Amino acid sequence: MSKQSILTGIRRGLKRGPLPTDQAAMLLGRMAQHPRHLIPARSRLPHPRQVDLFVRNVEKEFGSVTRVEDMDAVPGAVADYLAAQNLPGSVIMAPHPELRAIPWPARPLLEIREGRAQGSDAVSVQHGFAGIAETGTLMLPSAPERPVTLNLLADTEIVVLRASTIVGAYEEAWDKLRAEVGAMPRNVMLITGPSRSADIEQTLELGAHGPRRLHIVLVDDAAGAIG
Amino acid sequence: MHIATSPAFKENAHAALVNAGLQKALARSGPSFIARRAAAVANLPEFEQLRDTARDIKDHALANLDFYLEAYEAKVLETGGKVHWCADAEEARDAVLAICQAVGARTVTKGKSMIGEEIAINDHLEKHGITPVETDLGEYIIQLRHELPSHIIAPAFHLNMEDWEETFRKAHTDLPADRQFNERRDILIEARNKLRSKFLAADVGITGANFLVAETGSSIIVTNEGNGDLTQTLPRVHIVLASIEKCVPTLEDATSLLRVLARSATGQDFSVYTTFSTGVRRPGDLDGPEEYHVVLIDNGRSAMMGTEFQEMLRCIRCAACMNHCPVYSAVGGHAYGWVYPGPMGSVLTPGLIGVDKAGHLPNASTFCGKCESVCPVRIPLPKLMRHWREREFERHLTPATVRGGLAFWGFFARRPSLYRLATRAAALGLGLLGRRKGRFKSMPLAGGWTGGRDLPAPEGDTFFARYAKAQRAGQVR
Repeated sequence: MSKQSILTGIRRGLKRGPLPTDQAAMLLGRMAQHPRHLIPARSRLPHPRQVDLFVRNVEKEFGSVTRVEDMDAVPGAVADYLAAQNLPGSVIMAPHPELRAIPWPARPLLEIREGRAQGSDAVSVQHGFAGIAETGTLMLPSAPERPVTLNLLADTEIVVLRASTIVGAYEEAWDKLRAEVGAMPRNVMLITGPSRSADIEQTLELGAHGPRRLHIVLVDDAAGAIG
Repeated sequence: MHIATSPAFKENAHAALVNAGLQKALARSGPSFIARRAAAVANLPEFEQLRDTARDIKDHALANLDFYLEAYEAKVLETGGKVHWCADAEEARDAVLAICQAVGARTVTKGKSMIGEEIAINDHLEKHGITPVETDLGEYIIQLRHELPSHIIAPAFHLNMEDWEETFRKAHTDLPADRQFNERRDILIEARNKLRSKFLAADVGITGANFLVAETGSSIIVTNEGNGDLTQTLPRVHIVLASIEKCVPTLEDATSLLRVLARSATGQDFSVYTTFSTGVRRPGDLDGPEEYHVVLIDNGRSAMMGTEFQEMLRCIRCAACMNHCPVYSAVGGHAYGWVYPGPMGSVLTPGLIGVDKAGHLPNASTFCGKCESVCPVRIPLPKLMRHWREREFERHLTPATVRGGLAFWGFFARRPSLYRLATRAAALGLGLLGRRKGRFKSMPLAGGWTGGRDLPAPEGDTFFARYAKAQRAGQVR
């Protein structure tokens, strides 16, 4: 095991032994407090304008957004989007309580299955944990009710996101995660737009290995909550 | 193993300059990288301050690297993962092989990893009957062509559409021979379809890591394709290859570094997929790996600690330095002869394979300083290249002609009045000799220089003389 020799090599370079207890305690304190550094001013906005910035940035990165008034309007928005894209009405959905509470039978042509995605799934519906306005980024932490494969295997990913979960900067999303989930989930994806590659002649093409389309159904639940 | 051709840099560079395909690729792709970074930077007023922040975070992490690595390991263990400490490439290769063999792996998918190239893991796995499949589009074609990447974030930087088509036709013989490749999209779709079944069938997924986070025990990968995520999500075992200097203290530290990474690299505000992986599948999870291994690799890094090259360990592998380098832009990445090209490679490669083999690289620089001016963590790359030149000189690796020339120059440089006298005599003499044509087609002892261009005949006096004259006239102080 080379652990000791590597650590010794580092310490030799730094011209010291293991850190003294007081310094180690200081670094432990820094990790526990995880201080923020400079945060760009662009997302420091009143919440409705953060939501607008989020939408603008998603669209800039080739994602699309439909804004709806409440959860009851989600099935219609999903069905209309799929029809407009000429996609089948069969979707694999995250087994999340908020998604399960949606009145899906209102659109009987939608065939909803719950679980993780398989290679054959064409459309997934995922639950959004948070949106980050700074760059139009979704935060999707893994959990039994939010499988990671839904973000990756389907050609089209639809994310249902409540506007009240949109924050300005990444740091605010980390604090939201720490407050609501606690320990770091196994996997946290920050997703900004659909999959792409510029490996062929440095020219952008959408839809490399992940979803070709990323569509967000944004539920405007924020007005009352923020005031 | 990749045999380093860095000692043959000069020959490589000559060949690169007359390689029409390469020159076409360089002319097309170089300027677009520069323009995209400039646009991203212009769009973020705080960018210069963020570079300072990024530098300071990495310096703090390096100054306490032993502490943070141990803290990181403790968190990985807590979340069900395992850390394999490896002193060199051989230990790292063996560690990866042992993990693969323990689960009876037959195929392994791979996300793009420069440390994977550095330790040449693919060859090692193949030798032991395990098939590695590169899944990043650029790495995929590089693997099909048995080449090294020519760029650290755009492995197939040197290839053109016709190369892609030719390689795909040769490799995918199960597909109809009369299929058409009309546009880039056709290439992309063929690769996507080919690789989808590999993702689903792989026993082990190997990725690199852009950062490791001590606070949480997480490894971070940054991709645009999603291939890295499929690689680390679908197989039963996930192996992370990471060098020791990737470790940063907290999520906030990593976040600040991520703010400058994509902007410096591809000119995106943020990459499409920035993913934090922490340990094994949790109770109730419907997907994710059941084993999570981090192969933590030193391979020469700890020996750089405390030396003038410690600053190189700040590098976050964005490639801005090579995108802006006039030498890289002229000869491409393969001329550098090993895994890391461009200015960062010119500093790192001598440290990893020896200055005796890679001494040409720090010499292949105009010292224009563009690399340092765009480095997101402010590594003084020209200064570090100069240190390598000094080491090369001290170890008597520099050719006798160069040493003789330097000694000759040094003799005068140490005697300023003699230096001024001699240069003034030379300038006036050459001016006189060349006054008719205004230039020289050849010069004794300067054939290497005049072989590619004419030497202009000096006009007027030397800089020193003119400066002194202006001073006397009160024009400068």
